[in-house]
Formats: sequence, structure tokens, C-alpha cells
Amino acid sequence: MNSIKIYRHLVRLHTPKQWRLFFIIVLSAISILPLLNTFIGADHFLHAPEYFITLMGKFVCYAMVAVALDLLWGYCGILSLGHGVFFALGAYLMGMHMLRSSAGEGVYRSKLPDFMVFLDWKEMPWYWWGFQSSLFTVLMILLVPAIASFVFGFFAFRSKIKGVYFSIMTQAMTYALMLLFFRNETGFGGENGLTDFKDFFGLPIQQTGTKLILYIVSVLALALIYLMSRYVVSSRVGLVIRAIRDSESTVCFQGYDTNRYKLFVWVFSAFICGIAGALYVPQSGIINPSEMEPSKSIEMVIWVAVGGRGTLFGAILGAGMVNALRSIFTDWFPDLWLFVLGAMFIAVTLWMPRGLFDRTTLARKTKKVLGILRISKAHAGRFLEKDLK
Amino acid sequence: MLLATYTNAYASASFEQRESELLINQLASLNQSTVSRTLSQLISYPREEALPALIALRDGTLRATIDKSAVILSSENQVIDAITGETLRATESVALKQVPINNQIRRLLKIAVPFAQLMSHDLEQRLQAADFLQGALQKDGVSNVHQLLIFETDLKVRRSLLLALAPFELKDNKSPRQVEILQAILEQKDTNNESILREVLGRIPQEGNAQEELQIKTLAELALAKIERRKFIAEQIGNLLYGISLGSVLLLTSLGLAVTLGLMGVINMAHGELLMLGAYGTYVVQNLFRYYLPNFFEFYIFAAMPVAFLLTALAGVVLERLIIRHLYGRPLETLLATWGISLMLIQAIRLSFGASNVEVANPQWLSGSLEIGGALLPLNRIFCIIFSAFVCISTWLLFQKTRFGLKVRAISQNRLMASAGGVYTGKIDMLTFALGSGIAGLGGMVLTQLGNVGPELGQGYIVDSFLVVVFGGVGKIVGTVYAALSLGIVNKALEPMIGAVLGKILVLFLLVLFIQKRPQGLYSIHLREMDS
Repeated sequence: MNSIKIYRHLVRLHTPKQWRLFFIIVLSAISILPLLNTFIGADHFLHAPEYFITLMGKFVCYAMVAVALDLLWGYCGILSLGHGVFFALGAYLMGMHMLRSSAGEGVYRSKLPDFMVFLDWKEMPWYWWGFQSSLFTVLMILLVPAIASFVFGFFAFRSKIKGVYFSIMTQAMTYALMLLFFRNETGFGGENGLTDFKDFFGLPIQQTGTKLILYIVSVLALALIYLMSRYVVSSRVGLVIRAIRDSESTVCFQGYDTNRYKLFVWVFSAFICGIAGALYVPQSGIINPSEMEPSKSIEMVIWVAVGGRGTLFGAILGAGMVNALRSIFTDWFPDLWLFVLGAMFIAVTLWMPRGLFDRTTLARKTKKVLGILRISKAHAGRFLEKDLK
Repeated sequence: MLLATYTNAYASASFEQRESELLINQLASLNQSTVSRTLSQLISYPREEALPALIALRDGTLRATIDKSAVILSSENQVIDAITGETLRATESVALKQVPINNQIRRLLKIAVPFAQLMSHDLEQRLQAADFLQGALQKDGVSNVHQLLIFETDLKVRRSLLLALAPFELKDNKSPRQVEILQAILEQKDTNNESILREVLGRIPQEGNAQEELQIKTLAELALAKIERRKFIAEQIGNLLYGISLGSVLLLTSLGLAVTLGLMGVINMAHGELLMLGAYGTYVVQNLFRYYLPNFFEFYIFAAMPVAFLLTALAGVVLERLIIRHLYGRPLETLLATWGISLMLIQAIRLSFGASNVEVANPQWLSGSLEIGGALLPLNRIFCIIFSAFVCISTWLLFQKTRFGLKVRAISQNRLMASAGGVYTGKIDMLTFALGSGIAGLGGMVLTQLGNVGPELGQGYIVDSFLVVVFGGVGKIVGTVYAALSLGIVNKALEPMIGAVLGKILVLFLLVLFIQKRPQGLYSIHLREMDS
């Protein structure tokens, strides 16, 4: 594929109208919140406080995970209940770099991270080697989740584990890794994880400026990943992938090596999750094994389920919506949140299997609503006429 | 001449006899220091004749008559002369005073009785006494035992006496009886003289020694090796039994899942919560019993069984009717919907009963442990093993021998044909789901006896249960049984080697590898279809 073809394909990802919308959204996302934070005084009600910027940044990272899961589930039909593990992996890698780059500034003023001093370790384990370099870290973030997912996926898909059994295996995978990371001996901070970061690639973390930059970078990353996913999905590879979702055996019998396609989507989605995790951890300030909990990964699935499977944009909206609800409820009605979440699972599967923002359902529902509005307008009009007479 | 010796012998015999009579009567003295003194004398020179009186003194049935002779009050309220053993007439026993005992007398009695027994003609008594002395011998009785050993001929009694001497003699390098004692230890079945043996070995320097020292060293080493071996075997048995009990817990928790998965292809993520419901049901039953029927508290388990079963079966029916039946044929959605239900159930229980663990007490007859082959297995785990075997067999009988079971099997093999054959698949689905949930409830009930009960009880067992089902295959109960037991045993076996957590991870890893080779599990009635 030469570059002209790629360029043309890129352009055709969206209609011109859609491209306009896309750029508007991205630009406004990048600019509005930071402006509201920097140039509006703290007393004004429109001021976006720092924690809000960070919260939005975290939501954006979640949205990236949702896109990844949508690719996997909505377009390829593979439900993974363990993607949190790749997210956490990316976060841990970034955390390792941040700890190493702030060596000597910890509580114990030592070259080693605090938790290692606490555990009475004399030197760093071998797998921490190299993380003081930003370049190495970035490379690792791009590679490690991908390689890990490749290993798991290769063996899983080869043995033709499908459907629910595959989902259970992913649960087991994340559970096992969670157990592993909870141990102090594993060298990643045990149950406390990695925390107490001082700076992010040279920028001090506590500063507002860094937070804004992190937010902007996250949004840009999301936009980039969205475009990449769109590219994949609307290409020939995407066609095969969607065919696999609809009927894998047919695709297989037509001569395609379905394992390869599945593996590709699997690794790509893990890759995205890794990046999301890496951008998440500077904004959350901590990464610990509870991110690898099976329940967290299942919650990630609900973002996609609510938002709309098979539409990348829907996944982003779903992630935003569910996480917004989560923040609201855990702040105001913490006891009720789990009921709401559980109800969401049930409602979505029973009544909205394609999610809220699925294009066809949305179109249908909009038509319905418009139709109802029209009829009620007619009725109201007649009613008024009667009155006037 | 002959007459002289005869009379002499007779005289000395009667002298002995008279001294015995005197001592026995002194035992019944009301003066405690006299009694103590007599007891010390009887320890230095034990006499068989004094045995009934000593035993009576220990049991508190020794009495003194007015003329200071000792009598024993028998259990039929008869008065027996302590010396001759004759039953006296009641009239002679009007004023009987009980002999008071203090701690010193008690202590002396503890030694005096077995020593007297060791003078007995009865072999059984001597053996009993010698065995008793093994733990109870004091320093001042050691020389006596030496003396007894000179005269004792029976091998078993000798061995016991030698063993009694072990703690004292083996500490001393120059004791002549070391070899004998070590041989006795070697022959002993359940020896626990480990520390003494190590001391002996520590005392003897390593190299080139006298013949006797070498012999001692060899014997001590042999005995130690025997102890080590026994401990090792006991540990292995203990591990095996514990593994089986873990496996039986897994079996109970997974059986319900295998039933619902096997028949309906439904992955029920709320299965753990059904376990929890059964556990909380048991908790409520326990509280009701505590409050209303405290006399029958020991039996609350038996009331809890039907309650847990019916409660969770009902919950299962509600679940099936309201939600699962609408998601028929969409296993992924069922998984998500049941996960949502599990979240709601956990939160509901958290709000009703509190987020922390609740206490469910073991009834008396399930507390404590049983010793099997040197290993201690708690009774509640044994109960768990027996109960899960019972549930398993009942389920098997249900599926194999009843009409309902026949229909269930028909549906799981070919739903369409079964329906065409006149089976109400909807109703059977509902009942099967209820059965699976009920079994989960029973599993929850057993879990209350084994560990803590809290809202997240089920979460800890879900992953394991799923693994059992995936490993064992769906469709045959026997697969679940094998899978559960083997996973339990393997988990437990790996634990001492690499720790519980790493063991779990290894098991998961091995399972994934196993699934590569055999995706349908151990036993399956049909292979997974191409597009599941």
C-alpha cells in the first residue's frame, strides 16, 4: 500500500461533515477546559477546578479503553473480561519510569523507590533496568502489553476457545496476574502499588500546567487512537473482522486464517489499553493491583455495552456517561451506586443490546420521538382551535 | 534345722506381712503427715498388698474405723477390710471417718499406686503401671525403677520401664542401660523422644569411638530416622485429606454451576452470590435458633439445610424467569446480566446485614478434630467431605434414576428433539436452574462452617468454580467430581512447595495448557460447536 492510497483511505474515513464535527470536538475538548481553568478565576462558577481537569483526563483514558474493547467486542465479537490487566500493565510501566526519574526525592532519599527501601531491598530487580530513560519507557509501554497479549492470545485462539469460555479465561488471566502483583516479592510494590510520583517526563506533577498538558495529551491520544481504529475498521481487514464476528466458521471455510485476524485485533486493543494506562497513572497518582481486579475489567465492558457496540464513537460516549454517573453517585449516594450499575448491566442486556448510541437504534428512536412530537403538536393544535371556536 | 529355717522363713514372712498391715492401717490415719510418710515408705518399698488401700485412698473411698483399721467403702456400699479383702458386717462400721487428702498426698499417690501395681502378680496391672510411668516418673523414683528392672521378666513391661527411664538415663553418659533404652525406643511404635535422641547424638562426638558409643550412636540415629519418617507420612496424609476437603468444597460450589451450564449453557456470574445467600440464610437460621430454640441450637445445621436450599432455589427461579429466559441463546449477554445481578445482590446484603463479616458458630459436635494416621483433620472439614459426597450422590441419583433427570438429560443432549418428544423445556429449564441454585445454597451453608461469612463470600469462589467446570467439562457429574477433587488436591499439594498464591497461578497456567489439548474438558457429552 503506497502512501497515496493510505492518504486517500484516511480522508475517506469520514464524510466532510463528519470530519468537520471531529475537528470541532477535538479542538473544543483541547481548548475549552484548559481555558476555563486558566483564565477564569477560582471564584467564578464557570471555573474548571484542577481536579475536574484531571477527572476529565482520566475519563479520556477510560474512553480509550472503551474504544479498544469496542474494537474487540463490537467489531470482532470477542468479549474480554480481563482487559484491565493491559491497562494496569501500561500504568505500571509508566509508574516505574516516574519513580526512577525521581530517584532520591522519595521519603527515604534513596536511589531506590520508597517501597523497596521499606522492604529492605538492596538493589533493584533486573526488570526495573532501563526505566530511567524516557525513550526506553515509551518503547516498553508500546511493546509490553502487546507482547503479553500476543502470548495469551496466541495460545487461546489456537485452541479454538471461543465465546463464554474465552471470557472466563480472560477473567482467570487477570485474576492470576492480580494475585501475582499483590505479592511484595514481585517487585511492584505489592498491595500498595506504585505511588508518590514527583514528576512526569520532567514536569512536576503537582503543577497545574502539567495537569493541563496531561489532559491535552490524553485527548490527542484518544483522537489518534480513534482515527487509527476507524482506519482499521473501514479497511479490508476490518471487513474480515466484522465477518468473523458474524460467522467465524464461514470466514474460516472461505480460506482466511481467522486466528491471525483475531490475534491482530486482540493485540491492537491491548496496545491501546497499555497507552491508556500509561496516560492514566500520572493523572491518578497511583497504580495498584486492584486495577487488575476482575470486577474492574467487567465494568469496562459496561461502558461499551451502554454506549453502543460496533460504533467507536458510541463507546467513547458510553464510557463518559457511565463514569460520570459513577462519580455523581459515589459522591452523593454511595450506597446506591452498585444498584445503579447492576441495573445498567441488566437493562442494557435485556432492552438495549446494541447500546444507546447505536446508529440504527438511535435513528429509529429519533424518528419515533419526532413522530410523537408531531402527533402531539397536531392534537394540541386541534385542542387550541376548539378553544378558540 | 529344717524346722528352724522354716520357722525363720515363716517368721520373716509374717514380719513382712505385719509390716504391710501396719502401713495399710497407717494409710487410713487422720493425720496427713502420717499418711505422707507412709506413702513415701510405700514408694521406697512398694508392696502389692497395699494396692487396694492405695487405690481407695486415691478414689476417696478409704475409711478409718474406730479402732484405727483401714476399710474400703465399695461401690455397693459394702464395707471391705483393706488388708484381707473380706466384707465386714455393717454393724462394725458405724463410725467411719474419711481420710483427708492434700496436694502432697495426691502427688505421692500418683507414684505410689503404679509402683504398688508393679509389684502385682497380674501382668496386665504391671503393664498398665509401667505405661503410666512413662510420662509421670519423677527423679526420686528412678532408683526404684532400676530395682524393678532387675526382677521384672516380662519383655513388654521391661520395655515400658526402660522407656520411662529414658528422659533420665539418656542424659548421662555413663549410664549402663543406654543401649537397652535406645533399643526400647526403636521398638516403640509412636515414639516422641525426639529431643532426647538429638541430645544423645549431640553428646557423642563424630569420630572413632569405643564400641559401645558407636552402638549408641547407631541406635539413636535409627530411632530418629524412624520418627522423621513417621512425621513425614503424617504430613502427607494430612495434606491429602486437606486437599480432599478443599476439593469437596470446590465440588459443592461448582456442582450447581455445572448443572446450569450443562443444561442451559448459562454462565451464571451470580453463582457466587447464590453461595452467599445460602450462607446468610444459614446465619439467619442460626440466629433464630439462638433466640427461640436455644436448647436445640446444636441442630440448627439440619434446619439450615432445607432453608438454604429452598431460599436459593427460589432465588434461582426468580432469576431464571425474570432475566435469564429472555437471554436464551446469548451467553455473553447472560454473563453480563448475571454479573449485574450479582452486584445488586452483594450491595443488598451489604445494606441489610452490614459490610463486615457475620459470625456463624460451629455447633458443638462439629468443633474439634479427628486424628487419622497421625494427621489432625478438623471435624467441620470431615463434615464437609461427607456432606458434599451426599449431595453429589443425591444429584447423580436424581439425574440418573428419576423422570425429571431423564428429561434434563434429554434436553441437554438435544433440546429440539426433547421438546418434540413432549418435554416442557421451559419448565424443566426453570427447575434445573432452581436445582443448580439450590445446590449452591447448600454449598454456602457448608462454607459457613469452614470460614468467614461476608458479602463478598461468593467472589472468592467464582473463579475457582468456573475453572472446575471448564476443566471437568459439562454434561457429566463425574467430570465435575474429578475436576474438583484434583484441583483441590493439586492446589494443596503445591502449597508447601511454592506458596498458595503461586500455586494457584500455576494451576491456572496448567489449566490453560490443558484446555489447549482438550477444549471440552475432561468429560463432555458433546463437543463445543463451531460457533458457540
